[in-house]
This record gives sequence, C-alpha cells and structure tokens, in this order.
Amino acid sequence: MSVLLFTIIVLAGAFLAGLVGSLTGLGGGVIIIPLLTLVLGVDIHYAIGASIVSVIATSSGSAAAYVKEGITNIRIGMFLEIATTISAVIGAVITVYINPGYIAVIFGCILLFSAAMMVRKKVDHSDDRTTGLLANFFKLNGSYPTAGGTVKYGVHNVVGGFIMMFVAGIISGLLGIGSGALKVVAMDNIMRLPFKVSTTTSNFMMGVTAAASAIVYLHRGQIDPGIAMPVTLGVLTGATVGSKLLVKTNTDKLKVIFAVVVTFLALQMIYNGLAGKL
Amino acid sequence: MKQTGKHYFADKDIQVILGTLLRVGVIASMLVVFIGGVIYLSGYSREIIDYSVFNPSKAKYSSILAIFQGLSALDGRAIIQFGTLLLIFTPVTRVVFSIFGFLIERDYLYVLIGVFVLCVILISLSNKLVG
Repeated sequence: MSVLLFTIIVLAGAFLAGLVGSLTGLGGGVIIIPLLTLVLGVDIHYAIGASIVSVIATSSGSAAAYVKEGITNIRIGMFLEIATTISAVIGAVITVYINPGYIAVIFGCILLFSAAMMVRKKVDHSDDRTTGLLANFFKLNGSYPTAGGTVKYGVHNVVGGFIMMFVAGIISGLLGIGSGALKVVAMDNIMRLPFKVSTTTSNFMMGVTAAASAIVYLHRGQIDPGIAMPVTLGVLTGATVGSKLLVKTNTDKLKVIFAVVVTFLALQMIYNGLAGKL
Repeated sequence: MKQTGKHYFADKDIQVILGTLLRVGVIASMLVVFIGGVIYLSGYSREIIDYSVFNPSKAKYSSILAIFQGLSALDGRAIIQFGTLLLIFTPVTRVVFSIFGFLIERDYLYVLIGVFVLCVILISLSNKLVG
C-alpha cells in the first residue's frame, strides 16, 4: 500500500473513531486498534503505539474544557495517578514479552466489557455521608457545581478504588488504550463518586497515565510517525466535531449500534488472536 | 470538610491555568504534527509501506536525541515525532504545574504525591526499561 493511501484510510478511520468515541464515551483506541490490525494488517505493537498517542490527545483536549468548569477533582486525580502511572509503565514494559495473540484476546475481552458498560443503565451511588480515614486524610471529598447549586460528595472505599485503578493502568499500558470502562468501575461503583466527577476526573487522569507508557513505547520504536500522524490528527478533529454535536444528538440509539459494532470487533480480535493470525 | 474561601479561589485559579495549558499543548502539537505530515507526504507519498511485522530496529526516531537530530535536518518524520513528544509532555507539564499549585496552597501532602507521580514518569524516560 502506498503511503498516501494508507494515510487517507487511517485519517478517515481515526476521524470516525474520534467522532463516535466522543458521542458514546468510548475511547478512540477501541476503534483504532481493530482498524489498524484487522483491516490494514498492521502489527499490533505499532497499533498500540499509535493508539496511546490518540488517548493522550483526546484526554488533554477534553480535560482542558472540563477542568475549567471545576467539575474535575484534581486531588482524586493526582492521588489515583500514583497507582495508574506505576501500573501503566509495568504494562508497557511487559507488552513486548507477551505473545501478540494473547494481547489480541485480552483486548477483545476488554472491548466486550466496555460495550456492556456503555449500554448498561447507570446508577448513581454518590452520597454525602461521612467517609473513612483515608478519604479524609487525602482530602478526597469534594463538591461540584450543578444547575441547582454546589453539590457535596463523599469518597468511599479508597483502598478498593486504588487497587482497581492499578488494574486499569496495567491494561492501559498493555493495550495502549485509556481503559475508561475500568476506571468507571473504580470511581462510580467502588469509590461512589458522582458521574460527572468520575467521568471528567478519569479523562483528566488518562493523559498522565498514557504519557507514562507512551515514553516506553517511543523508546521501543512502537510509535511510528507514519501511523501516529493520521491517527492523532483524525481522532482529535473527530472528537472536536463530536463534542459540538453531543448537545444536539440523542446518543442512546447510537450507543446500542456502537455496542453491536464493538462486540463484533471484539469477537474478531479474540478469534484472530486465538488462531494466531495477529 | 473545611473549605475556606481562599483555598477555593486558589483551586479555581489553578484549574483555569491547567485548562489553558492543556489546550495550548494540544493545539501546538497538532500544528507540528500537521506540518511534519505535509512534509512527509510531499516526499514519500508514493512509496510503499509495510507495517505487518514489528521491527524495532527500523525505527529511526525512537529516542528524544534522535528526534532532535532529525529536526535539524527538517525531516518530516522527525517533525511528526517532535509533535508527538509535545503531546506526550503536555500532561507531564500539567503534573509539574499542579505541584506548584499545591505548593502555593501549602498542601505539602499533595506536593509529595505530585513529585512521586512525576518521578514515575521520569523513570519511564530511562532507556533501561525497554527490553
């Protein structure tokens, strides 16, 4: 394939990934990695390198907007980054020692899980009850602005959330994705943060987590400029357009359609991984 | 939960600075990647590429030093990699700024946490981690 054709296909695919990603809440990597590996026959190690760059781009791009609104809890973000950066580096270091087929299978499983998380009905567990010693010691409890005034929230099960974040970081470093779905489990379900706070804080953290593993990938030669260029430009323009459309679009139907697509991609990845085709 | 007025304002200021910083970083790196991409395509667009096998020894710009050397030669691929570096370092700068923010707030526990996170990232800069 010529460089020009490859660039155009990846650019278009990445634009779509960024667009749909920002409308449904799934990260760009979820589409980028299957596009590169299944459709274009790119080695999964290059795909991982390109994907992590798109994670940083979208995280920094959207965090810029959220942080200004004051919804993001910077202390929770910084505190949990202890876990995610350490584990992201560990994940990035071990990628190369794992059979690419296994990586594809793990990726497929995470895709299935992410699709399920996307369509599931969300239950807000947040409350303002007294919390444990750790949450107080680390000053994690906070408040955020809503239409009806400032709402306070308490942070629960700090240890559980921290451990879950460690898992999310390993997966992120291993697969080159943001592992947003796992972070939601840690923040919404275990630590019982309000949706808006957990979504924006996880977005805010993702850039730092991804940067830690991206440097390892760069040194290893997994970030190829010829792939990273169209991926970065495409995902970011797509995400920007998507965030503008978000206000006007009813995303429920889109989420179901996207979940079906992601499930299909997941099964493909698992099949190819098991068959040794990746 | 104590939250004095002063504390709140300091937090708010830091958040605005952080938001601006992230945006500037993303826009700057996009611009650099775009320029590098145009140069790269104008030179290599007809060439045939094959990414089907991961070959670390083929990567020309896999260290920060190599990227800067390529920059002085105005190589499109090096310029793209430089843009990627800018992107990678945007969230890292964010951590550095947060540390200063917590320092101003005299929240030394979080200064410590920030420094720790920064150290983990700096360790990842070491070539020794790559097998």
